[in-house]
Amino acid sequence: MIGIVDYGMGNLYSLSQALKRLEQSYIISDEPNELDKTDGLILPGVGAFKDAMALLNEKKLSDYLRTYAQSKPLLGICLGMQLLFDESEEGVLTEGLGLIPGRITRFSGASKEGERYKVPHMGWNTLSFTAPESCLLSGLKPNYVYFVHSYYADLEDPETLIAAADYFGQVPAVVGKGNVFGTQFHPEKSGAFGQALLANYLKFVRQQGGTCSCGKEMC
Amino acid sequence: MLAKRIIPCLDVKDGRVVKGKQFVQLRDAGDPVELAMFYNGEGADELVFLDISASNEGRNTMVEVVKQVAAKLNIPFTVGGGIRSLENIKTLLRAGADKVSLNSSAVANPGLIKEGADFFGNQCIVCAIDAKWDPKSSTYKVYTHGGQQETQLDAIEWAKKAVELGAGEILLTSMDQDGEKNGFELNVTRKISEAVDVPVIASGGAGKASDFLDAFEEGRADAALAASIFHYRETSVSAVKSFLKQKGVAIR
Repeated sequence: MIGIVDYGMGNLYSLSQALKRLEQSYIISDEPNELDKTDGLILPGVGAFKDAMALLNEKKLSDYLRTYAQSKPLLGICLGMQLLFDESEEGVLTEGLGLIPGRITRFSGASKEGERYKVPHMGWNTLSFTAPESCLLSGLKPNYVYFVHSYYADLEDPETLIAAADYFGQVPAVVGKGNVFGTQFHPEKSGAFGQALLANYLKFVRQQGGTCSCGKEMC
Repeated sequence: MLAKRIIPCLDVKDGRVVKGKQFVQLRDAGDPVELAMFYNGEGADELVFLDISASNEGRNTMVEVVKQVAAKLNIPFTVGGGIRSLENIKTLLRAGADKVSLNSSAVANPGLIKEGADFFGNQCIVCAIDAKWDPKSSTYKVYTHGGQQETQLDAIEWAKKAVELGAGEILLTSMDQDGEKNGFELNVTRKISEAVDVPVIASGGAGKASDFLDAFEEGRADAALAASIFHYRETSVSAVKSFLKQKGVAIR
């Protein structure tokens, strides 16, 4: 059973339908008692980092997720991925869940050469795999995925990078540390590739008991 | 590299897709879900559904359509037409739409853009602008109500204002070119694309694959939308995309 963490941010319908298409049973809940019954969680999210953390704190989900992730898999999507990090510069500097080291920072909107570029990073961009052995990428070849975001993760530990996109610099697209994974793009909106990546996460949840199939503690 | 997007637009009335050829591949050419999956299969990067229902019943049907589409489609889609309130926005996004597009209602009440963006994030709010060249003032004027009402707004200024208010994308339709099939209005597309920091979707005038190339290169558009040439099979999404790829455009 998969749990979709419902803390009041974003569109859960598309994600739940994607799980349905994968014939995955799931619950949508903000209740730790309910979420305890799951084998793995997905933390979605659209909107502002500060609002999301305020809601997670208010619902006592922040500490719950930190503890949960010590023993069971957690996948953050889009803002949900950003929440996994130490802190974010969006609005005022706000503390995140601290499950993956790094800071969420805004696209500058100007390249090193001074060329202006558009923010948000919106649309289909290609991935390059930096850790192709990760269980999330199992059987997949680099492809286009759908991004919509104005902030990106500035990783403290390059080992946590699994796949990246290029948008006036390297944009972490898939990250992971132990049981905890995140995708900056929307797998539920990224066609067949996104669906396959979600399926890989579900498979990892089912195989759970420990580490990713790549064998490394961090993948 | 970020790909340029090709977006088919479907007009929906009372829950049925209007216009369009009787596709032999489809059992029911008026079924929004079946058409959405057809375009998805052809490589569409995104879809836009424009609700042209005149009645409240028709609009309620649209919510059902959105739910059905969201259950099947695994690419993003936008819903526009007749969205007047934050309640309308909430209903459609919660039904599974990724974005809503605001047109006349945003002109009448610009605060709606901000309300929607504050609640759901900028990326959910598309500002649709129907622009027409006004030779007298030598500006592009904004039109509302399906192009029937002229306003005093300058399209470029309005686009900037909409982005300031929180629009995450501009869907720009040239009324001068719409239906003409001789290419997008590159001048206004480029002006707006250069004036705002959010993606611009060019619309109105697509007649052949090379028109899309012009929209991206000369018009500096981030995406291009077309309806009739896809619906009437004058060309296909896949044919347009392979042409663009050949020309070196980043295409999914």
